[in-house]
Amino acid sequence: MSILRKRGDFVESEQQLARRHARGRVVLSVFQLATLIGVIVLVVLLLTIIKNSFGYSAVQNEVDPESLAVNGIPLESLTKSQLATILQANVSAGLFARFEHDQPIAERDAANIYDLIQEHVIAPEVEESWNLYDSLTKKDQILVLMNEQYPDAELQFLSWVNWDFVRSQQSSHPEIAGVRTAILGSLWTISIAIFFSLPVGVAAAVYLQEYARDNFLNRIIQTNINNLAGVPSIIYGILGLAIFVRAFGAFTSGVAFGAADSSTANGRTILSAGLTLGVLVLPLIIINAQEAIKAVPNSLREAGLGLGASRWETVWAHVLPNSIAGILTGSILAVSRAIGETAPLVVIGASTFIQVDPDGPFSKFTTLPAQIYQWTVRPQGAFHNIAAAASLVLLVLLLALNATAIVLRNKYSRRL
Amino acid sequence: MNKTYLRLTVRKPSLNAPIVASQSDPNAKVPVQQMPDLRRRPRLRELTINGFLFLCGFLSIFITFGIVYELGKESFLFFRNRQWSSTNKPLAADINPEQTVFEVEASGTPLQTDMNYRIEGEIIHIDAIDGTSLTVQRGFDDSQPAAHRAGLTLEAELRPNLLEFITGTEWAPHNGKFGILPLLTATLIVSGVAIVVAVPLGLATAVYLSEYASPRAHNTLKPILEILAGVPTVVYGFFALTFMTPLLRSIFGADTVNIYNMASAGIVIGILILPFVSTVSEDALSAVPRSLREASYALGATRLETALRVVVPAAFSGIAAAIILAASRAIGETMVVAIASGAGPNFTFNPFEAAETMTGHIVRISGGDMSYNSVDYNSIFAVGLMLFVMTLILNVISQRIVRRFREIYE
Repeated sequence: MSILRKRGDFVESEQQLARRHARGRVVLSVFQLATLIGVIVLVVLLLTIIKNSFGYSAVQNEVDPESLAVNGIPLESLTKSQLATILQANVSAGLFARFEHDQPIAERDAANIYDLIQEHVIAPEVEESWNLYDSLTKKDQILVLMNEQYPDAELQFLSWVNWDFVRSQQSSHPEIAGVRTAILGSLWTISIAIFFSLPVGVAAAVYLQEYARDNFLNRIIQTNINNLAGVPSIIYGILGLAIFVRAFGAFTSGVAFGAADSSTANGRTILSAGLTLGVLVLPLIIINAQEAIKAVPNSLREAGLGLGASRWETVWAHVLPNSIAGILTGSILAVSRAIGETAPLVVIGASTFIQVDPDGPFSKFTTLPAQIYQWTVRPQGAFHNIAAAASLVLLVLLLALNATAIVLRNKYSRRL
Repeated sequence: MNKTYLRLTVRKPSLNAPIVASQSDPNAKVPVQQMPDLRRRPRLRELTINGFLFLCGFLSIFITFGIVYELGKESFLFFRNRQWSSTNKPLAADINPEQTVFEVEASGTPLQTDMNYRIEGEIIHIDAIDGTSLTVQRGFDDSQPAAHRAGLTLEAELRPNLLEFITGTEWAPHNGKFGILPLLTATLIVSGVAIVVAVPLGLATAVYLSEYASPRAHNTLKPILEILAGVPTVVYGFFALTFMTPLLRSIFGADTVNIYNMASAGIVIGILILPFVSTVSEDALSAVPRSLREASYALGATRLETALRVVVPAAFSGIAAAIILAASRAIGETMVVAIASGAGPNFTFNPFEAAETMTGHIVRISGGDMSYNSVDYNSIFAVGLMLFVMTLILNVISQRIVRRFREIYE
C-alpha cells in the first residue's frame, strides 16, 4: 500500500484515504482481540480450577457417622476418651496397636483421633464426582444417575478446598487428603533457598555493580549469569541430583552430622531441594538486584566517597539502603517463581507419598506443586478435584507473596 | 557507573626530613614534628569484603562449570555404556581358545562385521563373515580367550554411538535403542505449536499495548498478562489436561485426538510464553523514539502504517530476540508436557498423537527411585546435555542479535 498513488498527480482520493483508515480499524480490532485472548485464557484457567474445586460427589461411607454418635452427640463434639473408645471398637486390634506404636493414643489430641476415625472407620469414598458446571446445570441427571448406580451413596455438594484440606495430611483417599505436608515442605525448601541465595545473590550483584572493573573475567561472569538465567529449570534438577543428592549425599542426608534416620539417608531431602532451588533462583536474584542497585543515583556514591567513606562503607550506608526496596521486590518475584517450580524437585526426588510433617532439613519432602503434579497424573477423577483445590491454595499463596512485593515497593520506593 | 576516586599522592615523611633539617643546625637534635602517616595502608576489612563479594560473583562460574561437568561426565558414561542382547545364533562346533575362524549355525539374527559379540565371558570382534564361517579376534577388550562348547549363543554388543544417538528413531536405552530423534521431534513439534500460538498473539498484544492502548487500558492489561506469566507451570499442565485436551477432542473428534497429545501441550505452552513475547517485544517497541513516529505521521501515514512499517522494523532486533528467547523457554518447559503430552517416546509428526519430549522423558525416568550407574540414570544426562546445548545456543544467538543489531537513536 503505497501512500502516493500512481494517478499522475500526488493527490489521494477520498476513497483511498477512507480505505486506508478502514484497514487500520480492522487491524486494530484484530490487535485488540489478540490482547483480549490473553485475558480470556487467564479467566478460563481460573474458572477451570474453580470448576474442579467444587461440585457434587457421590460419597459412600463404610460406616454411617451418625451411627457412631454417642447419646445423640455428634462425632465432632465428642471428647477424646470417647473418640478413642470408638476407634478401638471399630478397627482391628493390629491396626490399633500400630497407631499406638506410631504415637501413643494418650498423647494424641482429639483432632488427631478424629482424623483416624475419619480415615479408618468411616472411610468415605467418592464413587464419582461432578464439576461445578455440571452440578449447577445438570442436577436432575446427576440425581437419576445416583439412584441407578450408587443407591447407597450420599450425594454431597463438596467444596474440595476447605480448612480441613489445608490442615490435614496426605492420604491415599482423595476425600480426606490434605496439603499440610506439602505446604510445610514448600515453606521449608523455600526458606533454605532464600537463606542461601539471597545473601550470595545480593553480594554478587554488589560486586558486579560496585566493584567489578570492566575486564575479561568480570565480563565473563556477567555473561555467564545472563546465560544461567535462561537455563531450563529441569537442568538445575539434574545438577541437584548429581551434586547435592549423589556427590554430597552424606551431608544433605545428614549422615555426616549424625542427624539422619535410615529412611532419608539417600540424600533426597529438604536440604537438597532447598539448595537446588537456591541455585535456580540465584541468577534471577542477581539480575534483579543489579537493576535495583543500578537505579541508585551516582551522586549518592560520590557524596559518600567524598566524605572519606571507604567503598564498602558507601555501599553499606548509602547504596544498599536506597536499593533495598528494589532488591526485595525482585527477590520476592524470584522466590515466587521458585515456589511454583516442580520439575527440578521431581527430578531430585520429591516423595510421592509422605504423611509425616517435615521436621528439619534432613527430612523427606514433598512440595505443593509436586503434590499437584502427582495428583494430576492419577487417572481417578477425585484426584483431579484435589489437584484443582491444591492449585487454588498455591495460587493464593503466590498472590499473597506478590501482594507483599507490591506493598514493599510502594512503601520504600518513595524514599529516593 | 563512572568511577572517579580522589587519588592522594603523599610524599613520604623521609623526603621532608632534609627540608626541616636545613632550617637549623644540621647537627642539632631537632624535635621533628611527627608527620601523620598518610601512606595508603592495606585495608584488611575492605580487602576481605572485596574478596568475599568477588567469590559470590564467581560462584556463578562454578555453577556453570558444575552443570557442564556433570552433564558431560555422565553423558560420557552413557556413551561408554554397553549392553548385550542375545542373537540366538549358536556355535556350530566346540572351539578352543586359539581358534580365530569357526562356524556358526544359520538360525538366529544375522551377525555383522566390525561388531563385538560375547560368548560366555569372552568378547570377540568379528573381522569377516563368509556364509556361516566367522573370522574373529579373540579375547577382545581385555577379556580372556577360552574354549566354548557348541550350541552356546552369541550376544551382540549394544553401544550408543553419536551417529545412532542423532539419527536413530527409537529410544529405549535399556533395550539398546539409543536414537534421540523421537524425543527431539516431539520437543520441536511441541515448541513449534507453542511458537505458532505465542508469536502472533504476543506481537499483536505488544503492538496494541505500545502503539494504541490508552494509559488506562495499558495499566489494566499489563498486570493481567503478568499474572499469566506468574502462574506455576504445573497449574498450566492441569489446565492442558482438563480443559485444552477435551476442547481439542470436541473440535477435531475423539478419534483423531489422543487423550495425551502434543498439540494440547503446545498450545498451553504457547499461552505460557505469550506474556514473555509480548513484554519483551513491547519494551523493544517503546524504545523506538517518538520522533520516528512523528515523522511518519507528518508524511501522512495512518497509525497502522506507522506501527507496522516504521516502529516494528525499527524494533526488529528486540522482537527477534524475544521470539528466540521464547523458543528457548518452550523447549525447556517441562511440567505441561510431562502431564499433557503423554509418556513414552513416539516417533511421529502428528501433533494429535502422544509423544514424550526430552524434558518429559527426564521427569518420567527420574520420578521413581532410580539407581545410580544405570543406563536410565546416565541417559537423562545425555538428554539433559542435548537440551542444555540447544537452549544455550538459542540464548547466545538472542543476546548476539540484541547486541549487534541494536539501533541506537540519539
